[in-house]
Amino acid sequence: MLGCNNKNDRLDYMNFESSTENKSVEIAVERPPFSDEYIFPCTECHAEMETDPQPRELGMHEEIVENMNHDNENRWCLDCHDINNRDSLRLASGKLLGFNESYMLCGQCHGDKLRDWKVGIHGQRTGYWNGNKKYLLCVHCHDPHSPRFKQLTPEPPPEVHGRVSTTDSQQTEEKDQKKE
Amino acid sequence: MQKSKKSTRREFFKKLSVGVGGSVVALSACTGPEFDNFFQKNFKTLSKEEIDNILLDLEKKYTEQYGKEFKVSGKKAIDNTFFGYALDLSRCVGCRRCVYGCVDENNQSRDPQIHWITVLQMEKEKGIDYMHSNMYYNPEKVPEEGKFYVPIACQQCANPPCTKVCPAKATWTEPDGITVIDYNWCIGCRYCQSACPYGARHFNWGEPKITNEEINTNTHYLGNRPRTKGVVEKCTFCIQRVREGKYPSCVEVCPTGSRKFGNLLDPNSEIRYILENKRVVVLKAELNTQPNFFYFFGV
Repeated sequence: MLGCNNKNDRLDYMNFESSTENKSVEIAVERPPFSDEYIFPCTECHAEMETDPQPRELGMHEEIVENMNHDNENRWCLDCHDINNRDSLRLASGKLLGFNESYMLCGQCHGDKLRDWKVGIHGQRTGYWNGNKKYLLCVHCHDPHSPRFKQLTPEPPPEVHGRVSTTDSQQTEEKDQKKE
Repeated sequence: MQKSKKSTRREFFKKLSVGVGGSVVALSACTGPEFDNFFQKNFKTLSKEEIDNILLDLEKKYTEQYGKEFKVSGKKAIDNTFFGYALDLSRCVGCRRCVYGCVDENNQSRDPQIHWITVLQMEKEKGIDYMHSNMYYNPEKVPEEGKFYVPIACQQCANPPCTKVCPAKATWTEPDGITVIDYNWCIGCRYCQSACPYGARHFNWGEPKITNEEINTNTHYLGNRPRTKGVVEKCTFCIQRVREGKYPSCVEVCPTGSRKFGNLLDPNSEIRYILENKRVVVLKAELNTQPNFFYFFGV
């Protein structure tokens, strides 16, 4: 959600022609910033560490573990993060992915959303209806560890009808008060 | 008897000449552009040269008024385009970002307040039910439990009741499907406003107020150029943007990506994909207004 309204987080232009054809196109787009930029590259810590492939409650990355809400019973870190190269994501097939291509990872389970996203129906688009468009990655709007779209604060409601201007209505209010 | 008749006739012509003379004097007191404005022909009958002159005059006028360089475009419809819009009711959260994105882009008056988009909050139990809808909802967070939201602006009808009732021919539908208003020709009778079953037309009851900082200087004659007191206005799909190929402002500002826009004549467009693959409804279909604004369920 974080990146959605921020123009700086928008992505590189993707080719419109290729997206409308039914060919499967692999599109590298820029990822949104990490929650903490010092967290990357992951190998800075993990290269030196021993790897335990057993799913378990982690003692590290508290802010992620605490908020994790993404089929917690059946999934854990190494289903998406590669065990040997923590700087990569990993598909079920074993294929490694950069963080810029994370949409393919999401699409493994959410195939209908990926299909709609590719044709521009799911998610925000900006740019040109008859030309280049900017796309957002899934993770620009959905926290991958807790993907449900978060509630927003609404903008103010419209003023009540029948008021020509604020000053006018103030005057009538004053008149009404005098009458009373 | 004869004499008195003659004298009344003479008096009549005398008065007439004074009247005509007076109005000529009044008009000659006007500066050039104002005089031209008064006798401006219907926009659709103007030559390209005449339009260019009008646009230049307006640019000059607005630049002076707001102290900023203005662009007033008169760009015609792009060939082979017919615009359609689709809004995903299953994703809209009612945050009203579109309402204010539209105000900023299209120079609606801030005071008295005009909003081209109205977001109606409805109850899931009742379905689309205008009687029990609420446009003034203001909770801390949206979406709320058990509610859904229906943003409504001009539906750009293919069979628009609003243009038919205009006695001045000041509003019409363009070849790309956008219904527009010539503010120079609008006489402010508000027939169109009452003919519209969607409440999409808005009247300038007061002189519109927009600060110099807030004003958008990239405008179109038939769209977001500054209006005056006494004219009707409404959504034009951001005519100043879409005729340049850009998405409307509300499409870009929607944080949930609920708003989709494109060319109905292009089989590869997003809008065609929605019409062919999703469940789509139009509002008040029974009135046969044939909207080009569709509501769909993406999930």
